[in-house]
Amino acid sequence: MSVGTVWVHAEEAEGAVASISLEMLAKAREISSDVVAIVGGAGEAMATELGAHGATSVLATGDLGGALPGPAVAGAMAAAIEAGASPAAILFGTTYGGRDIAGRLSVKLDASVITNVVDLADEGGLVGTEPIFGGNSLVKTKFTTDKPGIFLVRPKSFVAEGSGGAAAAVSALPVPDLGATGAAVVTNSFVEQTEGPKLDEAAVVVSGGRGLGEADKYDLVESLASALGAAPGASRAIVDAGWVPYSYQVGQTGKVVKPDVYIAAGISGATQHLVGMKGSKTIIAINKDSEAPIFGVADLGIIGDVHKVLPKLLEALAARG
Amino acid sequence: MKVAVCVKQIPDPADPGALDPSTKTLKRDTKLILDESDSYGVEMALQLVDAAGGGEVTLISMAPNSEVNGLRTALAMGADQAILISDDALAGSDALGTAKVLAAAIARAEPDLVLAATESSDGYTGTVPEQIAELMGLPSVTFAKSIETTDSGVNVKRQTEAGYDDVTCPLPCLVSVTAGVVEPRYPSFKGIMAAKSKPVDEVTLGDLGIDAGSVGWAGAGQEIVAIEEAPQRDAGEIIEDEGEAHERIVAFLDELKVI
Repeated sequence: MSVGTVWVHAEEAEGAVASISLEMLAKAREISSDVVAIVGGAGEAMATELGAHGATSVLATGDLGGALPGPAVAGAMAAAIEAGASPAAILFGTTYGGRDIAGRLSVKLDASVITNVVDLADEGGLVGTEPIFGGNSLVKTKFTTDKPGIFLVRPKSFVAEGSGGAAAAVSALPVPDLGATGAAVVTNSFVEQTEGPKLDEAAVVVSGGRGLGEADKYDLVESLASALGAAPGASRAIVDAGWVPYSYQVGQTGKVVKPDVYIAAGISGATQHLVGMKGSKTIIAINKDSEAPIFGVADLGIIGDVHKVLPKLLEALAARG
Repeated sequence: MKVAVCVKQIPDPADPGALDPSTKTLKRDTKLILDESDSYGVEMALQLVDAAGGGEVTLISMAPNSEVNGLRTALAMGADQAILISDDALAGSDALGTAKVLAAAIARAEPDLVLAATESSDGYTGTVPEQIAELMGLPSVTFAKSIETTDSGVNVKRQTEAGYDDVTCPLPCLVSVTAGVVEPRYPSFKGIMAAKSKPVDEVTLGDLGIDAGSVGWAGAGQEIVAIEEAPQRDAGEIIEDEGEAHERIVAFLDELKVI
């Protein structure tokens, strides 16, 4: 049942291992008995958690000194493969760093990348599943060469689960000389503070779209989110229009959310949005266009004007106390 | 300052897409338009050249059937010229094959800066910009919210999970631009007229010195083995608001124990 060694790119988020990395570890140990976590940075602090989620060992580059991970980690991985390591598959999360490393590595190995993966199975060779057309269809894709299979996995495709494993032993993954490609350097990092629950972790999400009509009306979405203890989100249309920051965006570009309840207000349900929220347990949609695709995925659909429905809803919720 | 901008010409996203059952690729038999995601890179390039006090903006595009419709839109916005790679042998190319072709075409423009969107709206692999950078041996900054040129390079605000990073990078380099970070200008009538006579240099794989076997179907390192319908969600309750629909939402949230 094992496809050979599987490498999982492990990232850090807020002082712990990022959930996407733990999700991939859970899938990796289903298909392989030799799962190696690759860390672009110091590995020791993450070794216990990585081991407890099924990593049998950790390869870490050590501190990257402000360099962006793309060239450095891809360079280190390619050097290790050149020196004899032979992973059957290398899994990256669809994150800012993961995409950069996967792209760079694919050139170094002259190997294709299977992207937007939501499932992975060993069918006499690894087969990735990717949603297309807003998730209406699924395509299954496999590699046609014997090179390491590079997969970019979408967040929340798998459930993170502990394996009870001991802390993984950490070895060095040296970064070779990168020449000009390594010249981009981070000089400062800024954290944008948001109040309330995080968009990709909240049990309830309230998102607004172009149907709100104007930027000021996004207040309705924020008020409803606040009344329900929910995280506010947005469609790409209003992010592109500058109404709310990019960090609010739910969709193909943006965040993938799977809350218990997702409320879409004035969102038509473009493919790009549906991909990011279709996995929600229950979906409530309010839109004045009865033909809007969002109604195709809604458990409760209200054909109506958000400017009328939302204020009354807020009033009714306030009246309940 | 010479800026090359990668632009993709795609089927209108307003039309529902379809896969060609025989080739398992997106059908592209309709007129293609400029991918909206790329309009931000074009705008950014025009602003940077203005700020630098001069230069040129060259569009780079790979498309079937010598398609120029989307290129004309970007030329009408103000880009100076375009290089179009259109070659039957390119059908079926994966992202890496596409990057190889674009990188070779970009090299002809000898740019100081290469711009691209973070991902296309139709294929959305999101790997092409970084693949181009690696193929060209360039440093890169992906997911830029803003770009400012300095004496020696660029300062970029790069989107992160938590907020953004300030990143410095020397030229030449590649930067991928996040959608929505600048307001793409509408082509003026004058711009549209001028675009008709701007040069579009159409090149083949042979012109770029690329072996047809390394791209297209022949060079693709992956293949689709199956296409399935995704499990459908059960049909929900749809009601028309006649002034009381909010009550149904409250009751529903109550059932779900959200309130």
